[in-house]
Amino acid sequence: MLRKVAIKAIGLNKWFGEDETKTLAVSDVSFEAYHGEMLYIVGPSGSGKTTLLSIISGLLKPNSGKVIVESRNIWEMPPDDIANFRLNKIGFVFQDFHLFPKLTTAENVAIPLILKRLNWDEAIKTAIDYLNIVGLKNKADLPPLKLSGGEQQRVAIARAIAAKPEILILDEPTASLDGDTGRKIIEFVKQNVLNETRCIIIVTHDSRIYEYADAIMSMEDGKIIKIQRNTYEK
Amino acid sequence: MFGILKVALKLLVNDKGKFSALLMGITFAVFLMVMMTSMFSGILARAASSVVNVGAKVWVLDPAVNNVSNSIPLPDYVLNSVRSIKGVEYAEPIYFGAALAKLDNGTFQAVSIIGLDDGTLYGRPELTEGNIENIYAENAFIVVQDAEFNKLGNPKIGTEFEINDHRGRVVGIAKVAASSLFGVPTLYTTYNRALTYIPTTRFTNSFLLVEPKSDKDIPFIQHEVQRMGYQALTNDQFIQKISDFYKYQTGMGINVLLMTIISFIVGLSISGQTFYTFILENLEKFGALKAIGAKGRELVSMILFQATFTSLLGYGFGVGLATSLMILARLKLPDYAAQVTFYNLGLAFFMVMIIAGISSYIGIRKVLQIQPFDIFRG
Repeated sequence: MLRKVAIKAIGLNKWFGEDETKTLAVSDVSFEAYHGEMLYIVGPSGSGKTTLLSIISGLLKPNSGKVIVESRNIWEMPPDDIANFRLNKIGFVFQDFHLFPKLTTAENVAIPLILKRLNWDEAIKTAIDYLNIVGLKNKADLPPLKLSGGEQQRVAIARAIAAKPEILILDEPTASLDGDTGRKIIEFVKQNVLNETRCIIIVTHDSRIYEYADAIMSMEDGKIIKIQRNTYEK
Repeated sequence: MFGILKVALKLLVNDKGKFSALLMGITFAVFLMVMMTSMFSGILARAASSVVNVGAKVWVLDPAVNNVSNSIPLPDYVLNSVRSIKGVEYAEPIYFGAALAKLDNGTFQAVSIIGLDDGTLYGRPELTEGNIENIYAENAFIVVQDAEFNKLGNPKIGTEFEINDHRGRVVGIAKVAASSLFGVPTLYTTYNRALTYIPTTRFTNSFLLVEPKSDKDIPFIQHEVQRMGYQALTNDQFIQKISDFYKYQTGMGINVLLMTIISFIVGLSISGQTFYTFILENLEKFGALKAIGAKGRELVSMILFQATFTSLLGYGFGVGLATSLMILARLKLPDYAAQVTFYNLGLAFFMVMIIAGISSYIGIRKVLQIQPFDIFRG
């Protein structure tokens, strides 16, 4: 089956500092991620995973190279268009969740919808629908701090998918969770969030969740050293 | 945009500790600013009370005179000269002096005496009891019923007392627009009786009250009076001159200004620092919002809204607290000289807006500097 490319990186380079202090974070990275695919980016600390994630999600401008989404290089867009690109095409699940403790879970989930100019009541209603998907409808009125780590992670996932993004980015999604909860979360994402119109990219150190990957991209010293697709064996 | 502002509002008010601290800081600053400026306004208004109460269109005075209580008597020829100026309908003298009243119970009380021209009674007050004609009766005085009235033992018509060892008798009770500043009761009598009761200098005309034929004649009258070496001021100009004297030549103005600035700095320090801490604590969340797709201007509008909302609420509480306290104070202290004017409120509002502006500027700078990429780096 011919799969549709969700995001394509071509010759990405990113360095920090100048001259003697220059550090190459990402070096000549090219790859493709497909709709319906769960792609893991793995590698040791300092290998450039997070930098690469930031570049492909429109958060950090590369020194050279292109990130193509729907035939457009996102880094040629004006800043407001990049913000709109992140809002409409990308969903983020941050390592520390970054939920607003002073808002209810429903309000947290509604934030991308509010940014998309949905009216308040409609956004909250839709947010509750997404909380229902992640099994937390009954906790819609609670503040996130009243939830367990796994529940907070699911709220973060609900927030990430509420705006119906084509690309979902999860940064170390199991780092703050125990092994069992981490596995359940990834299983849930694979079964309920991944679909034929969505690509999920996960940065992780956690080898216990490799079994759920459709593709694993290994990085070292800012370079891709290997991409394996549908070949991972437990 | 309404939705994002609602998020901003919830982030602010749900953080009860910070919100309370912010609100208290601004409320306290506004309270102090309004109290200080209102007290000063009250003092200024009372300092010019005699001018307001007499209400002459034009006052002729020595240029060195800065307030009613320190008049420099004018030679008699000035009165005749002013009367001969083209455009003057009539001009009458008025006498301002001080005396000591001995009350029924044997205590002494300092009083202000205003002597009205015997022929015209120009500048007379409005009576609430008695008839103005009775001012011509023997030893007659009219007592002003203001905040100082009770210092004369709440006199009635017919009450007698001594003024500088002369007999005095109350023939009327008057009401006036403004109470005096110095806490001394005011008595009206005729010009000649005032001169009889109070030891005087060679000249006795404290001021001349001028009624012009029309308002258009006032500039000419002022010009002619100036040529004589004196000054002719309209009622408003005289009030302004007295205000300027207290503001700039007594040290009161600079003291009030300093207190107002200190209040402003206290408010700015408390609210600025609290708001900065609030922004710092939410910085990662603002970064997350940026990463999700919020634009810089949306974050700026959130912060501006938070700062403005808190400032306006604090302004309302501060003004409310100040006015409540003034009302309470006036119930217990009739002499309490404070008045809230639009100018005071405008000044406090302006300063609160500066506090909001500086607080939000600090927050906006911090939030705009954060890179969404930093959220991934932790």
